[in-house]
Amino acid sequence: MSMLHLVNKSPYENGNLNTASSIMQSGDVLLLLEDGVYGAVKKGKASAMLAGHTVSVLGPDLAARGISEDKLADGVTVIDYAGFVDLVEKNDKVQSWL
Amino acid sequence: MAEQIKKFMYINRKAPYGTIYAWEALEVVLIGAAFEQDVSVTFMDDGVYQLVKGQDTSGIGMKNFSPTYAALGDFEITKIYVEKESLEERGLTLDDLQHLVWEDEDEDWAEKDSIRLVSRAELGDVLAGQDVLFNF
Repeated sequence: MSMLHLVNKSPYENGNLNTASSIMQSGDVLLLLEDGVYGAVKKGKASAMLAGHTVSVLGPDLAARGISEDKLADGVTVIDYAGFVDLVEKNDKVQSWL
Repeated sequence: MAEQIKKFMYINRKAPYGTIYAWEALEVVLIGAAFEQDVSVTFMDDGVYQLVKGQDTSGIGMKNFSPTYAALGDFEITKIYVEKESLEERGLTLDDLQHLVWEDEDEDWAEKDSIRLVSRAELGDVLAGQDVLFNF
C-alpha cells in the first residue's frame, strides 16, 4: 500500500513539508506543487527534509516561480500535469497536507 | 491643510503565486506612489521570491506580474530593501533576483540600483524610521 503525499505550501512558511516528510513510509511518494516547489531547491535549508524520499515536483509551478531544473536537489523528478495524474493512479491513496 | 509627506513602508512576506497577497501589494504600492509620499518597499521571508528573475507562468494559467517590479523606479520608488537572512535560508543570492534600477534626474539620469541588501538588524532600524507600515 503506497501513499502519494501532496505539499503545496512553502516549507519556509509552515510545517507541512516537515510533517509529510517525517510521516512518510517506505514506498510512499512526495509531490511538491504550487508554493511547495520551493522545498525542492537544493541550496535551500528545507531540501534536507527530502533526504531518503522519492520526490517529484510539478514543472509548470517551478517555471512560474523562476526555478530552473539545475537548481533542484539531487534525485528530484520533474513531472507535468499528466505525470501528476499518473502518480495519483499509481498510488493507493492520496494525502493532501493542506 | 498643509501638505505632509509621510514615510510609507510596504512589507512583502509572501511568495508570488500561491496567494494573491503579492499582486495586491504591488497594486497598492503603485497607487500609493501616485500620492507623492516617501515610499519604501521591503521583501523578506517568502516575499523575496517575488523578485526572482525568469518567472514564466504560461504553464499555470496565471498572469506573470513580475515584470512590473522593474517599473517601480519610474514611479520614484527607489528604496527597495531585501533581507539578507531570508535570501540565505532559501539558497538565493542577489544574482537570482531581478536587477532593479532607477534614474537619478539630479545626476543626468544616471542609473542607480534600487535594491538595498540589509540584515534583519538593519531592517529593524529601517522600519523604526517609518511613519506607516503596510503588511502583505
